Amino acid sequence: MIVVIDYNIGNVKSVCNAFRHIGCEVELSCEPQAVKDADGIVLPGVAAFGYAVRALGSLAELVKEVTLSGKPLLGICVGYQMLFDKSSEYGQHNGLGLVRGNVVPIPPGRVIPHMGWNLVKLPEDMDLFAGLGSEKHFYFAHSFYAEVADSQARVAFTDYGFDLPASVQKANIYGTQFHPEKSGETGLKILENFAQICRQKNPT
Amino acid sequence: MLTKRIIPCLDVKDNRVVKGVNFLNLRDAGDPVELGARYSDSGADELVFLDITATIRSRKTIVELVEKVAENVFIPFTVGGGIQTVEQIDELLRSGAEKVSVNTAAVGNPNLLAEAAQRFGNQCIVLAIDARRSKERPGKWQVCIKAGSEPTNIDVVEWAAKGEKLGVGEILLTSMDADGTKAGYDNELNKAVTDAVNIPVIASGGAGTLEHLYDAIVDGGADAVLMASITHFGNYTIKQIKEYLASRGIAVNL
Repeated sequence: MIVVIDYNIGNVKSVCNAFRHIGCEVELSCEPQAVKDADGIVLPGVAAFGYAVRALGSLAELVKEVTLSGKPLLGICVGYQMLFDKSSEYGQHNGLGLVRGNVVPIPPGRVIPHMGWNLVKLPEDMDLFAGLGSEKHFYFAHSFYAEVADSQARVAFTDYGFDLPASVQKANIYGTQFHPEKSGETGLKILENFAQICRQKNPT
Repeated sequence: MLTKRIIPCLDVKDNRVVKGVNFLNLRDAGDPVELGARYSDSGADELVFLDITATIRSRKTIVELVEKVAENVFIPFTVGGGIQTVEQIDELLRSGAEKVSVNTAAVGNPNLLAEAAQRFGNQCIVLAIDARRSKERPGKWQVCIKAGSEPTNIDVVEWAAKGEKLGVGEILLTSMDADGTKAGYDNELNKAVTDAVNIPVIASGGAGTLEHLYDAIVDGGADAVLMASITHFGNYTIKQIKEYLASRGIAVNL
């Protein structure tokens, strides 16, 4: 069972719908026991960073704890940004600190937010992209991005006038700045790959 | 490279998709959930659903519709029509919409945009502007509210710039003069707005041919093009649109 963390912010449902569509058992929950029992957890997010961090509240420690003990975690959009140390969106806010790096504004000189479908170069050694070839389009919608500063993290990039990190993988920690649940068939394949990672970690 | 988006728009009235000319003479175009899923499967980049009844009774219907659409559509979609409060925005986002567009209420209470952007993030707040060429001030456009029925004295370009300042992530710019005419987008309007703001602008109103879409992107500077009549009634498929634009050197997600 994959648990999508329900922390009372927008569009958590879309992620659940997408997992159900691919035939994956999924539960939307904020119960600590469900988080502990999950094969994998998903931290979704449509919100401003500070609001999302406050909404996650005391669940943050638990998410960190189970992730550091090896449970696969997938952060999406703001959920992905929250994996990092801190963000400067509408004030200074601390993230989960699971991946080194800071969330900063996309530099001016281009249309912001970065909104729409952009081409991501897919490194062969990142598990989320298995079976997807060398590059694919994904849907982005964000004004801030993570400057990844973690030597243990593998990073996939997209081009937005500079190399913008689109996805990270560090051990059992996965994150996508884009929305796999809203990137059509290609995005659904990413969620399938994450479900597969969870199954491998938790053989029945 | 970020691709230009092709966005079918579904105007919804009494649970049916409808399409009119200059906001009048509505014609039935099908079931919103079915049509949404079909567009999602056929390569549309995004969808917009506008509740054009926008009454208290339709509010509940639109939330149920959003839930059903979200179960079947795995591309982003925006919902708009009669939205007045942060709570309503929250409800629609929770029901599965990626973005919510605000029009009339923002004119009366611009702070709604700032409040919503700070809570939900800029990227999910869309400022919808219905623009009409001003008779009194040639070369200018006036903002119309209440589904286009009520003109204001607000200048469209100034309002778009103010929306950006307040934190909206995108502008959905509809030319009322061009809407449904299939005579081409108002690219002077599109250009005036895209030059004035640094957020994405969706050009809307007037698409009739493939060349019109190209012109809105190249002459109008639009980041995305919205259409209804030409795709609802089968004149063109999304694939045809994208192949055409790609053949003319526009980056699209084919």
